[in-house]
Amino acid sequence: MTAIILAAIWGVVMMYSGIVIKNKSTAKTIALLGILALLVVNHLEYTNLWYMQADVKNMLKFTSFGYVFNYIAFGSTLIFFLLNAGEFELVGKDVYEYYALLFFILCGVGIASSFNTLLMLFLGIEIISIPLYILAGSDKRNLKSNEASLKYFLMGSFSTGIMLMGIAFLYGATGSFYIEDINVGADGFQPMLAIGLVFLLIAISFKVSAAPFHFWTPDVYDGSPTVFTSFMATIVKVASFIAFLRLFDNAFGKVHEQWQLLLALITAATLFIGNITAVFQQSVKRMLSYSSIAQAGFMLFSVYALNTFAKEGLILYSAAYSLASIGSFAVLIKVKDYSIEGFNGLAKKQPFLALMNTIFLLSLTGIPLTAGFLAKYYMLIGAVKTGHFWLPVFAVLMAAVSAYYYFRVIQAMYFKEGEADTKPTSRTFRITLLVTALLIIILGFLPNGLLKALYF
Amino acid sequence: MTIQHYIFLAVALFSIGIIGVLTRRNVIIIFMCIELMLNSVNLLLVAFSKMHHLAAASVDAASKAGTDGQLFVFFIMVVAAAEVSIGLAIIVMMYRNTHSVDVNFLNRLKH
Repeated sequence: MTAIILAAIWGVVMMYSGIVIKNKSTAKTIALLGILALLVVNHLEYTNLWYMQADVKNMLKFTSFGYVFNYIAFGSTLIFFLLNAGEFELVGKDVYEYYALLFFILCGVGIASSFNTLLMLFLGIEIISIPLYILAGSDKRNLKSNEASLKYFLMGSFSTGIMLMGIAFLYGATGSFYIEDINVGADGFQPMLAIGLVFLLIAISFKVSAAPFHFWTPDVYDGSPTVFTSFMATIVKVASFIAFLRLFDNAFGKVHEQWQLLLALITAATLFIGNITAVFQQSVKRMLSYSSIAQAGFMLFSVYALNTFAKEGLILYSAAYSLASIGSFAVLIKVKDYSIEGFNGLAKKQPFLALMNTIFLLSLTGIPLTAGFLAKYYMLIGAVKTGHFWLPVFAVLMAAVSAYYYFRVIQAMYFKEGEADTKPTSRTFRITLLVTALLIIILGFLPNGLLKALYF
Repeated sequence: MTIQHYIFLAVALFSIGIIGVLTRRNVIIIFMCIELMLNSVNLLLVAFSKMHHLAAASVDAASKAGTDGQLFVFFIMVVAAAEVSIGLAIIVMMYRNTHSVDVNFLNRLKH
């Protein structure tokens, strides 16, 4: 609760300090203070040391699952700020406003990880999306950024309309917006409830870019300024997944069998399209956008399986995926040419950047000893426990395909001759990158530290 | 009018909105169609709210059932207003750069 309020307040603080303080580099300091405050407040609430007594009429429900996810989201944002703070000034001159919008998004993330009514789900998803439309178009003179922003906006509000229709039908069927009241079980599963379920499934598939509703993703991720793509593809996507899992677990958990096949088809299509199209990409940024679709396919497993493995897996996956993608995007930003040839010979010129990028890409592929491997493992185990084997087998095949395009970048960095052109890196950047890589490896060895926190 | 009439009307409006979004090429018109979708939901929510209220009031006259549906409508209106302001700003930004509000323009940038 406090984290949600503090994030909203801090957004306003950032906005006003933009008017008062003219120095652009102060923005980073204020934002870092804000994100640290969010982490502290989240920790205090999680450990029950201090929390705000607010009567939310059970509209928000704070569980350890939500708190642990908030740690991941705020922690990844901290790393994101430390890595990319310098880049914000290159996008445009409204640095304070960018930070303000990012804090508003974090407010939405807090709501999405704790909602208990469809009203809060709707508000949370909208608070996440609306600032993102602006951030996608923040490079105002760039036509690609304009295109990304408009496309994202049209697709986003279109899916909002579909989601609202679904909510209206659920309300018509049950007379309540509380997700426990909607979870009526197979006996009371009327047609109106089924229509609402399908509409919500479509809308959230749009938001998490699951096939066949993924077509906006590559264009939007490719066109947006790379810093904001990195935020969009990681923290925002993972937050939507947490909302997805919460909704389908608590509101439709009892009719799991009814929609499991539909979701399995969506998952298979997402894995297939994401991985196969990523193979053909020449630009690393576009490849990472397609790979984010492919990773979304893996995250869909948690909703498909809906058991403890899947829930633990989603927490692990969100940490592994966010860290690795933020790191990989941060390296991409430092490389001047985004095509795969642009990475040729990076290992000779910048051995540190190349090594870090290798760790991130290996984690995204799911090579053992990295967090990505364990995350994928948990997801697959969860799916196997449901008793259906074709989907996990298909997923493993697709993970093998994904190795091709991730290794192509590694191959370009280490085994190709070339003059990779990079921007200078600061010491903070290098240290943060190292910490991120270490976190990935530590999570790969000892995931229990994170998972135990779920049962505090 | 019974609830079926309202459901039919709302679904018809919603379908017009979806078809408009999928077929029209002018951004402003697409935008209007999205608003139509949102407003059809408002209509449906109010109708359902009344339906639930009547059902509850026949048992207990002082029942407050159905008020949350009406409240939801206000939230939709607020969010729709926020979306309109952002959306129009994006369209103006695009118009400044391209002097066109046609979405076909977007596909030209694909590679």
